[in-house]
Amino acid sequence: MYPVKTFLMTELLAGLRLTLKHFFTRKATVLYPEEKTPKSPRFRGLHALRRYPNGQERCIACKLCEAVCPAQAITIESGVGPDGTRRTTRYDIDLFKCIYCGFCEEACPVDAIVETRIHEFHMERRGENIMTKDKLLAVGDKYEAMIAADKAADAPYR
Amino acid sequence: MSDDIVKIEVNGVPLEARKGEMLIEVTDRAGIYIPRFCYHHKLSVAANCRMCLVDIEKAPKPMPACATPVADGMKVYTRSRRAIDAQKATMEFLLINHPLDCPICDQGGECELQDLAVGYGRDVSRYTERKRVVKDLNIGPLISTDMTRCIHCTRCVRFGIEIQGIQQLGTIGRGERTVISTYVERAVEHELSGNIIDLCPVGALNNKPYRYSARPWEMSSKPLVAAHDAVGSNIYAHVLRGRVKRVVPKRNDSINETWISDRDRFSCYGLYADDRLEKPMVKIDQQWTEATWQEALELAARELVKTLDGEGEALGVLVSPNATLEEMFLLRRIADRLGSRNIDHRLRRRDFRDQNADPVFPWLGCSIEGLERRDAILVVGSNLRMEAPLIAHRVRNAALDGAAVTFVNPAAYTYHFEHEYVDAPVERMVHALGALVVAAARETQKQVPAVAAKLASEIAASDAHTSAVRRLIGKERALILLGHLAQRHPQFAEIRALAAALAALTGAEIGYIAEGANGAGAAISGVLPHRGPGGAAGGEPGLDVQGMINSPRRAYIVFGIEPREDIANGERAEQALKSADTVITFSSYVTDELLGCSTVLLPIAAFAETPGTFVNGEGRWQSFDAAANPVGDARPGWRVLRVLANLLGVEDAEYRSAEEVLDGVRRAVGETRPDNSYSGQIEAEGDAVQVSLDELDVPIYSVDAVVRRSEPLQRTVFARGAKGDDDARAEIRVQSAG
Repeated sequence: MYPVKTFLMTELLAGLRLTLKHFFTRKATVLYPEEKTPKSPRFRGLHALRRYPNGQERCIACKLCEAVCPAQAITIESGVGPDGTRRTTRYDIDLFKCIYCGFCEEACPVDAIVETRIHEFHMERRGENIMTKDKLLAVGDKYEAMIAADKAADAPYR
Repeated sequence: MSDDIVKIEVNGVPLEARKGEMLIEVTDRAGIYIPRFCYHHKLSVAANCRMCLVDIEKAPKPMPACATPVADGMKVYTRSRRAIDAQKATMEFLLINHPLDCPICDQGGECELQDLAVGYGRDVSRYTERKRVVKDLNIGPLISTDMTRCIHCTRCVRFGIEIQGIQQLGTIGRGERTVISTYVERAVEHELSGNIIDLCPVGALNNKPYRYSARPWEMSSKPLVAAHDAVGSNIYAHVLRGRVKRVVPKRNDSINETWISDRDRFSCYGLYADDRLEKPMVKIDQQWTEATWQEALELAARELVKTLDGEGEALGVLVSPNATLEEMFLLRRIADRLGSRNIDHRLRRRDFRDQNADPVFPWLGCSIEGLERRDAILVVGSNLRMEAPLIAHRVRNAALDGAAVTFVNPAAYTYHFEHEYVDAPVERMVHALGALVVAAARETQKQVPAVAAKLASEIAASDAHTSAVRRLIGKERALILLGHLAQRHPQFAEIRALAAALAALTGAEIGYIAEGANGAGAAISGVLPHRGPGGAAGGEPGLDVQGMINSPRRAYIVFGIEPREDIANGERAEQALKSADTVITFSSYVTDELLGCSTVLLPIAAFAETPGTFVNGEGRWQSFDAAANPVGDARPGWRVLRVLANLLGVEDAEYRSAEEVLDGVRRAVGETRPDNSYSGQIEAEGDAVQVSLDELDVPIYSVDAVVRRSEPLQRTVFARGAKGDDDARAEIRVQSAG
């Protein structure tokens, strides 16, 4: 049978047919960065520290995220804050050590540390891999609407 | 004896117990755990938390294990359905009013309630009413309060009554409205008050300086020996990233039981003071510059050799009694190498006439535990609670056990147990002791020993003296304790001769309360002008501390001392140092005073940062390892001294570890037997007494450089009172009255 198949080029035609079919179907690729794929509200990207609506930091320096972190990427120092409450004086996340497992977010009793959908970030200089408390709070302030929406979307499943 | 033993069965395991013992003591010994909050082995039984309910066969209800005495044939089940149900029900009630603030609570992670809630708590609360809220108390700079968390175990209340002897905390109100409160609205001021932090099973009472600064699980716990008094309390330093965060007691029943003094607990907050010396500094052409260790040590060695120019006696070595045994031994070897016998650690002593009669080391006279078994104690010249808080605690226990405790003091210090007081003002201390000796001779109808005969002549004894002496006579285990005030007194020779005479007449023994953490070690390692290591006599004695000050030397080595504060006649000491050509100062801190009188400043590791050995007042050698990292470029003292010794050409000083130095000490010292027997004599008459009590009595929180820098301790009523704050003084007085 082989010479017959070869002579009639059936296999070639089958291949061309598949090519032609895909020529007219919708494309799976997106034109990143102009186009993006959808992300789950549970996506674990860049970290952020949140605030309460009145502007107060959520983090109470309980250090549970530091304790649970499997990569030991979090370093916290704490003390008595200006209003007498327990506050962090230092909150550093080393993005090179972090494995983006999301345990910190799970451990947090006040939803202070979260991992946002942001995954497009880069560093140019040594040391920029350390997310300090100020940077984390700035991320939180900027994307609070998105974080709150993601939390709300995930709430029914918790 | 066999009558006293009863046999019981716990969870099917047969156990033996002494009659009258509580069930929980037996199970604790056997390693069977019963949950508890209010029971503590050093305090009385309150049985008010109900957490230790266990199932006892034939008993109608579950019984509290802490308040149920064992009976023969008793069958106990600690894990039966009935016991667990009872414990779970208790837990549910305890958690009704307990706030859910574990994430911000300092006790979180080491909390007894938290631990037991995991085992016995329900996951969901059935309680929907309002939770109780209690106003917080401000009870001073050492202890923080969050009274809403209190579960009313009353351990702190019982500690106040039973251990401190004053009720500073108590319960007010009944039922749900019960609150722990300070009876008088003022600070909890006692030198042992910090222990209620450890006693509190929840986070209601906590360490204030440590507040919110770390979590128990992230710190490593390093065993240490406390460095401020002759007790040598065993402690743990909790260290985070190389820094001491807090200090907690380590149980040692023969020394500190489970307690430590506030001075030992809160002194660590002086370690990271702003004026820590971080780099070696040298003075060149009257200008201070930072130097490397190599430069500084080479300069120090060169300057010493040049200044002395072969005359060893031109060197004076002043050593802190808080230095480790290893450091002291190396200092002694350096002094020997340079040909100087002028080395001393007795910084606050004023009278050295009779130093040959000093014991091999200032021994307590018995073990610390043994103090409790004394049936009469006469304390001479000692502000005991401030000098050695845990020795005062043991003396109190002895008194509660029926011992007759008498104080012969320049002031009526407050003690919370029954005692007698003989007034002995500073200038008449010898007179008061003489009167006691006269009374003792009359009561026992014996001759006054020769050495004291002249001193005690022409003195009439009053009723108070007779009564005090009667409390000593006929007692089997009587002890006369010589405290710091006596040892610092300008007529210490006379005081000791009379105390020894009194001991001889009444059959008592003599004990000393050594100064500093290692006063005994200093004497053993030979940091004395008239003796070598192990108390070996020999050679012409060198100059003592006052001698070195009064006839200034050309060169000094100063180790761990701030002259103005730490030496008797401190201003004169400072002048003597200023006039010297070369002063090599080893210090953890840098002050204007030290900059003014030194030529080389070498930063050494402070307490907790160096390995070493302390010998406590009972002669116990306790070695410890470094717990924290030295600040800056500071190095442990023994390392610095070793290099200096090498540079100066001390033979066989190639030590590689503190243990090797300790081996060297052991070889040099040999066997030392504590012996306080007295065989002195007084040749020259002492000077007229020209010191006031304020000069003699160093306040409890001013004894050494670390304590003086501990900010929380300096804010206590004791420290403020000592600095002349009248409000604080009034506060202490009101408390004493109450």
